[in-house]
Amino acid sequence: MLKINNLNVSFGGIKALDIDAFQIKNNELRVVIGPNGAGKSTLMDILCGKTKPCGGQALFEGENIIGLSEYEITKRGIGRKFQKPSVFNGLSVFDNMLLGLKSKKGVFSSIFYRLSSEQADKIADVAKRVGLLEHLTKPAGELSHGQKQWLEIAIVLLQEPKLMLIDEPAAGMSDAETYKTGELLCELSKQNSVIVIEHDMHFVEQIAQGMVTVLVRGQILTEGSFDDVKNNQEVIDCYLGTPGSAQTVSR
Amino acid sequence: MIDLAIDKTKPIDLSVDKSDRKEKFLYMAFMTFFLLAFPLGYKMGLMDLSTMTLWGRYFCFVIAAIGVDLIWGYTGVMTMCHAFFFCIGAYALGMYMTIENMPAGAEVPDFMKWNDVNSLPLFWLPFKSAIGAFLGGLVAAGVFAGVLGYLIFRRKIKGVFFAIITQALALAMYLLFSRNETMLGGSNGLTNFRYLFGFDLHSENVKIGLYIISVIVMALVYWFALFLTKSKFGKILVGIRDSESRLRFTGYKVVNYQTAVFVIGAIIAAIGGMLYLPQTGIITPGRMDVRASIEMLIWVALGGRGNLKGAVVGTLIVNILYSVSTSLIPQAWPYILGLLYIAVVLYPNNGVTGFCSSVAEKVKSITFKKVSYAENK
Repeated sequence: MLKINNLNVSFGGIKALDIDAFQIKNNELRVVIGPNGAGKSTLMDILCGKTKPCGGQALFEGENIIGLSEYEITKRGIGRKFQKPSVFNGLSVFDNMLLGLKSKKGVFSSIFYRLSSEQADKIADVAKRVGLLEHLTKPAGELSHGQKQWLEIAIVLLQEPKLMLIDEPAAGMSDAETYKTGELLCELSKQNSVIVIEHDMHFVEQIAQGMVTVLVRGQILTEGSFDDVKNNQEVIDCYLGTPGSAQTVSR
Repeated sequence: MIDLAIDKTKPIDLSVDKSDRKEKFLYMAFMTFFLLAFPLGYKMGLMDLSTMTLWGRYFCFVIAAIGVDLIWGYTGVMTMCHAFFFCIGAYALGMYMTIENMPAGAEVPDFMKWNDVNSLPLFWLPFKSAIGAFLGGLVAAGVFAGVLGYLIFRRKIKGVFFAIITQALALAMYLLFSRNETMLGGSNGLTNFRYLFGFDLHSENVKIGLYIISVIVMALVYWFALFLTKSKFGKILVGIRDSESRLRFTGYKVVNYQTAVFVIGAIIAAIGGMLYLPQTGIITPGRMDVRASIEMLIWVALGGRGNLKGAVVGTLIVNILYSVSTSLIPQAWPYILGLLYIAVVLYPNNGVTGFCSSVAEKVKSITFKKVSYAENK
């Protein structure tokens, strides 16, 4: 479904990303890990049209999406959740979701927009899945950090994307919330492809059913199952550290 | 409501609730009061005609302020050339009235004669007819805002940069309109009007009529703006204010929405300007200088941004203060305006309406506590 060839980006002469080949299959949940500055978020920025690469291709369902504008990419079915939860604080949770809903997004159709009952059901359904059903009328600004993360996932989800790019969903969440988020992501990957960036190795262990990609200094160091990656000496040297250090897998 | 959401037979309905009904009542009460009380008060001799005309002018400012609130309060785009759009409307009608009020036999208005211009410039021709003047004013404001807005928003320019660009534009337009070569009366503006559509502007009934039209148009503009803010369009505007990038990556062409609201705001301001002119009798470039646009921002900020009631209340408060202070102690006005400006900066976002509602909530919570305390006893 997604195929990246020879993608490279530089910021002021420094190569931020240089990927030879990267592929995502249908209904795959891929976790991307790597140290700070490895280019994980840059990869997502390119895929959703926020950053323009210096060269290379990204084929989404056979079509090169490099150079398309953000809304064109969104229309083709790529949804992005940002690292810092960005929701519309001045609107109610319901209205936040309403804006996410897949529908005509032109000026005139939005002025004369009327919510159909199927769409209302869809919102209620998604709200239930992310645990925000009781908070639909609350202003989004009053939600907790974790709830904002979920709300943003809900906004992305309501766009009905084929590929979801999710940047550090568990940042700032309690353990229980993190676990719930993991379950949600696994469930999502049954219907769409999902790419998740994550630092928390416990969380990665929970959600990584398939492949894990390790990015280091803009390049793919290795790809493989969670156990392969965990025991890979290079990954331990570059990222995970020795047993006993902060990011170690076995606590 | 949540039950409704799950119940497949009933859609979620967020429009009908108690606060909505209360708001509707307030709206009707406000409009009816100004529609009936002032004209009746005048007929009964309780107030004089000039006060009523003054209020009519306030309402023109309120109309413009509603446009500012849509652009700045809801969308978060600080516009600093809104007085210019207001003046486009005023000048458009002014051109028509200038032609209508020319002495019999005259080919061109006096100020053109003084510059040795003996036939009407081409751009004056559409304004020979009333319909041309109305449409011309609205279209000019809309097209100007549309082109300017699109060019700026397309580059993702916003915030303080947008404010500076529009401010520079306001200054440029002020200088342009001040020149005699522009053929719009130079710094003297357009004035000396006696008749509009054959009605004598000095007559009492025409003045009352203009006042009533102002109230009605304000009511319609307010209703239209309220409709917009309650629609999905209005929610998208708030979305632009709160998180533009989130909205962009949710599939919206943000530039279209920004341009649309800028155009709507400009046209609303032009409507205000058209009503303003016949009640004031003069339009000069002084109305569109930079300070005039900043004052509009103060009206909205003082009343409460992102709240249409705020635009109305703020505009009325500042203008009443202006009238009172300039008649009592004329020198004090800049100081009062400065104090208001400081107050607006110190207490952002909420304004007077926000303050009132937070006080009301506090009172409610205190009484609620008392009740529950008594129950516990």
